[in-house]
Amino acid sequence: MISSRSKLSLYGEKAIEWLIRICGVSAIIFVFAIFFFLFREGAPILREPGFNLWRFLTSTEWYPTSMSNVRYGTFALIAGTLSVTGVAMLIAVPFGLGAAVFVSEFCTGKLRESLKVIIELLAAIPSIVWGFIGLTVMNPLIQTVFHVQVGLNVLNAALLLALMSIPVMVSIGEDALKAVPDSYREGALALGATRWQVIYRILLPAAKNGLLAAVLLGVGRAVGETMAVLMATGHAVNVPHSIFDSVRTLTATIAAELGEASQGSPHYRVLFLIGILLFTLTFIVNLVADLVVRGINRK
Amino acid sequence: MVTPKVQVENLRLSYGPKEVIHGISFHIEPNEILGIIGPAQSGKTSLLRCINRTIEFTTNTRQTGTIRVDGEDVSQMRDVYALRRKVGMVAPLPVGLPLSIYDNVAFAPRNAGVRQRAALDEIVERCLRQAALWDEVKDRLDSLGTKLSGGQQQRLTIARALSHSPQILCLDEFSIAIDPVTTMRIEDVLKELKKEMTIILVTNLVQQARRLAARTMFLWNGEIVEIGPTSEVFSDNPKDRRTYDYVNGIFG
Repeated sequence: MISSRSKLSLYGEKAIEWLIRICGVSAIIFVFAIFFFLFREGAPILREPGFNLWRFLTSTEWYPTSMSNVRYGTFALIAGTLSVTGVAMLIAVPFGLGAAVFVSEFCTGKLRESLKVIIELLAAIPSIVWGFIGLTVMNPLIQTVFHVQVGLNVLNAALLLALMSIPVMVSIGEDALKAVPDSYREGALALGATRWQVIYRILLPAAKNGLLAAVLLGVGRAVGETMAVLMATGHAVNVPHSIFDSVRTLTATIAAELGEASQGSPHYRVLFLIGILLFTLTFIVNLVADLVVRGINRK
Repeated sequence: MVTPKVQVENLRLSYGPKEVIHGISFHIEPNEILGIIGPAQSGKTSLLRCINRTIEFTTNTRQTGTIRVDGEDVSQMRDVYALRRKVGMVAPLPVGLPLSIYDNVAFAPRNAGVRQRAALDEIVERCLRQAALWDEVKDRLDSLGTKLSGGQQQRLTIARALSHSPQILCLDEFSIAIDPVTTMRIEDVLKELKKEMTIILVTNLVQQARRLAARTMFLWNGEIVEIGPTSEVFSDNPKDRRTYDYVNGIFG
């Protein structure tokens, strides 16, 4: 016979199970809801006469408010986003992962604690402040150091983005390295391995999934960042030929123009299409990373 | 007189304020198997970790006295990595590295600079055979070492410890996770290995020390109660009454 109390706890168990199930499913629902919303606002432009998706992706001419000849070409914007993100990652990945290894493996006690606090503090700086730094500090600095006309360019924005994404890489990367059991370290060291051998033969392979997640979060941060790049890139629609060229990113375009575009207008819809483009970009990055991880794991 | 392989003089070790080894001295001769027996918390593992300086991974330890390996003070050794290759260590809990079985065994030789595939193949097969693991894993050397069962991982760590051709092999309760039949096979291997190396055998199984060790040391609460020929330690009248009690299981 089941007593009333154990019946109650049985229902309680069921209720909690459902609650957790809803939490899990809600993540999927939100992602789809966002995607649906973006599509609802952006997709109608695809059926508009005179709109050409191929031109949208490949043309460098972005004249959304032209009275006589409206042109929506986002290639320069895509190039802007990719160049800024790419350069930022070239700087951030070695420094971020290096810092993670340093904090996790070489630091002890006070130094370690204070470093972690300071790095987390770096993550707490609002992006508008970074943009301000880019405008007032980095701009003249780049002009004088590299003798270029304009300091608001790919390099400026990439440096800011690198600084912004390093904290998240360090803390996630450090967590991943800390999750590697100490017995691996001691086992390897007891076999006469040097510290460096332990790091690159044991720790990095063992923590590769977490480290890749750290890099991806950094990439996500860099691709999605808006305010700082709006202020630091120079905001000029331009396919860059060097890191000293001014560019404009997809995100900055949305931020700068969405307020001006009247709701439902082609301009408004095109901006949402850019949102879909961004969404797809990050989706591809995640997918590729996932496949890479699986490839490594199968080996 | 031959230089002792290992010479420990007045070794003291404390973790923080707590002293766990209270000034012990003994030596180990070349190609000898020394059994170390004693209850838990008597400092057996700490002693081994002092010899190959893996004790340095633990913070807040203090060590005085000297340990000489081949007459050389280990604390003065510049190349601690060479020391650790010279002193192989098998820990009581199996720690398969997150690598393939092959790479687990080839790890130390590779670190020491062995690059030729043929040489590595030879080392891997020899060590896995010595650890009585070859037959079970020869068809899946590429699978992860951490996926093996506990007993297999333990033998993998033995193979690994042998992979850098140590002159001294420290076995810290190696048979905890291994079945009796395999244990006997490894014990036979140890008798063979004695020709090539010096073996320190820390064990909870007093009979294992009796079977293998030429001399046995009884360590208790960080002090040596007795050290002597195994036959004497296990006889009906060892030097110390406590030894008799411990060996015969009427201790405490």
